[in-house]
Amino acid sequence: MSTIAAAPEPSYIDVSYTLRSWLTTHDHKRIGLLYVVSITFFFFIAAVAAAIMRVELLTPAGDLLEADTYNKLFTVHGVVMVWFFLIPSIPATFGNFLLPLMIGARDVAFPRLNLASWYVYSLGGLFVIITLIAGGVDTGWTFYTPYTTMFSNTHVVAAICGVFIVGFSSIFTGLNFIVTVHRMRAPGLNWFRLPLFVWAQYATSLVMVLATPVLAMTLALVAIERILQVGIFDPALGGDPLLFQHLFWFYSHPAVYIMVLPAMGVVSEVIACFARRPVFGYRFMVYSLLGIAVVGFTVWGHHMFVSGQSMYAGMVFSLLSFLVAVPSSIKVFNWTATLYRGSVSFEAPMLYALGFIALFMMGGITGIWLAALAADVHLTDTYFVVAHFHYIMVGAAVMAYFSAIHFWWPKITGRLYPESWARLAAIVMFIGFNLAFFPQYIAGFLGMPRRYHAYPPEYEVLNILSSAGAAVLAVAYVLPLIYLGWSLLRGPRAGSSPWGATGLEWETTSPPPRDNFRRPPRVDGPPYAYDTERGHGP
Amino acid sequence: MSPAAGQNHSPGARQYVLTWVALLVLLLVAVGTAYIPLGVVNVGLNLGIAVVKALLVMVVFMHLGISRPVVRLAAVAGFFWLALLFILTLAEYVTR
Amino acid sequence: MAPDAVVPDAPQFEDGEQRRSAATLGMWVFLATEVLFFGVLFGGYAVIRLLNYDAFVVGSHHTDVVLGTVNTAVLLTSSLTMALAVRGAGLGQRRDTTRWLVLTLLLGLAFLGIKGVEYYQEYQDALVPVLAFRYQGPHAQGVLLFFYLYFVMTGLHALHLIIGVAVVGAMVVRNRRGHFGPEYYIPVELTGLYWHFVDVVWIFLYPLFYLVARV
Repeated sequence: MSTIAAAPEPSYIDVSYTLRSWLTTHDHKRIGLLYVVSITFFFFIAAVAAAIMRVELLTPAGDLLEADTYNKLFTVHGVVMVWFFLIPSIPATFGNFLLPLMIGARDVAFPRLNLASWYVYSLGGLFVIITLIAGGVDTGWTFYTPYTTMFSNTHVVAAICGVFIVGFSSIFTGLNFIVTVHRMRAPGLNWFRLPLFVWAQYATSLVMVLATPVLAMTLALVAIERILQVGIFDPALGGDPLLFQHLFWFYSHPAVYIMVLPAMGVVSEVIACFARRPVFGYRFMVYSLLGIAVVGFTVWGHHMFVSGQSMYAGMVFSLLSFLVAVPSSIKVFNWTATLYRGSVSFEAPMLYALGFIALFMMGGITGIWLAALAADVHLTDTYFVVAHFHYIMVGAAVMAYFSAIHFWWPKITGRLYPESWARLAAIVMFIGFNLAFFPQYIAGFLGMPRRYHAYPPEYEVLNILSSAGAAVLAVAYVLPLIYLGWSLLRGPRAGSSPWGATGLEWETTSPPPRDNFRRPPRVDGPPYAYDTERGHGP
Repeated sequence: MSPAAGQNHSPGARQYVLTWVALLVLLLVAVGTAYIPLGVVNVGLNLGIAVVKALLVMVVFMHLGISRPVVRLAAVAGFFWLALLFILTLAEYVTR
Repeated sequence: MAPDAVVPDAPQFEDGEQRRSAATLGMWVFLATEVLFFGVLFGGYAVIRLLNYDAFVVGSHHTDVVLGTVNTAVLLTSSLTMALAVRGAGLGQRRDTTRWLVLTLLLGLAFLGIKGVEYYQEYQDALVPVLAFRYQGPHAQGVLLFFYLYFVMTGLHALHLIIGVAVVGAMVVRNRRGHFGPEYYIPVELTGLYWHFVDVVWIFLYPLFYLVARV
């Protein structure tokens, strides 16, 4: 089903080439690309911070950096990676670009709000850059009180301003997506005909909209308390620092699902396409997405097992945390079942997606260890925790981000990328990641605490392995920049559907015209109508 | 005051005025009962009256009574998630 | 009677009905985020009150219950006038709409004025944390937290109301210029939803700060 290009209508890129036309655009596709540029910039800032830390950790002694500098580095790494890369990574880029295409709409419901969200993001980013230039912040990305309110001598308020502001950009994006999915679907596209990517964006948007305001207000209270030296987190006045942790993790645990739910959406699309089969158990995939989004809100106390919260609350939070493993594993089982008897091929997006499943499983299973009260007492604040959440947030989520880049690259740019280079990068990324982070599981299990610039010599071998892995990973992150850049200029033209994939986004031209479709699309069947017998696409 | 009093499809002016009267009566009940010593019941009454007042405003003035289900869902979602925050946090404090 | 409204361009929508339902849903989603935004403060209030109940009893005896009650009545009345303004806009009664909007605006300003008087009294009684706080009675630190929460929460509410007054003012101007009619009055409707929401927040603030253990 390809659209016949009768009259050559300019693509969204060819509408106008001026900078002004990009900065004032209301086109969801262009806004998605504005986000790509911004988050790539912040990704490399945070990555440089990580690289410096890994160099410091090559030797047990703290010889390269002062302890204070090291604290600032991991804070910047965390703040920027979490709020300026991972949270917007898939929703604000591919979500923006694809959501209206996938539901057959001309644009999102509120295009001006969509553009505003990018400007708000940029303003938040500006505060972070100001914080960096002024000398950084050393509280860790978690901004725990009373250190932030009473003791830190760094630029806490500026950093909080940045995070507070950027929160509104994700609220705007989430609000837009929710209304768009509810109100802008093409005729015939009922809820259970939606691609899982759309469902994933919808579930993510729920979390964004309902969790982010809590973070914003909580951080605002921290900033006020730091400035006025009066506040509800001060135990000397009858307040409680643990209250901060409750409020902070009410946002920040669901934030993990903001990062991983969209990734799950990407992987569902890619696996179905390259296994040439409909996703196994579609409805269960939908319910588990929503289940993760809701249950994910009730598990935050597992970040506070050793903080002095009530023992009974600890038990309840532990149980609820185990519970969230159920929908997560349903997803893994269903992806695996989709592959079974499929005619599987291993193009680069598929390699990244399979990498996602492997790393997500590792991260998820170690998460179960951490959800167990007794085990957590030993493992908390060690490198085991660091490895666990990097497997989910970097391993899984970033692999899926790259899977999405390669899968939809022909649609976005209208050009093909060099397949063998992309496969090489995917494999290097998987190897580099495991080399960087698997040793951290072992180091953490043996008791190496996180957030120190120096460590006892018995952890040296593991840390050298980890740093070596980080170097390999860095190569894997730079490679796509090079070959995708080449593709942008020299890549062969892509047709409207180079993978032979189903979905409305593949029915329009590559790149799509400003209004997405020449004729308003209709939908008359379920998604993933792959014919198993048919061979591969052109 | 309004020349066209309630003969149309949108909620009538009469209904709005009655709601307003009910809100003011509830306000007086809230102040009045606050001065009667009832122990814990005072807190319950205060909050209960506030909930009823908020519901009146949302159902009548904000048209939730005649809205699409999805709009009602959005309204309920905010309070449901707030309840999650309250219940789990307060449960931790009272079991310490 | 009602000339055509000036409808801003919105090509992403198929028709006016889709546009209106999207706008209303969007506003409600925004209000859900506001519920959680204020919710943090209410949750903080609950925890701090749990930990310092006696101080909260003392503190609430220092708020002005008469002005607080009058203010509640003012705000509830402004919700009535706002509802009537939205209704008038939907019926295309432009003059009535202007009248109700102006009345809403005045009631909003009256609320802010009374709140200002209260703040001034509390300043004179030295009950404003940081700026002027010289309360030395029992539970002094808890009372400090009570008034900290009082000012943060009523202050944030007042900020929302100031925004509301500004937006209602803009609606008055646009309505007088003939931007709205029965087929397009989405901005008035959304302003109404926002205004009522600010009212709902106050409905909960009122018992929590003025009616704690009055006996």
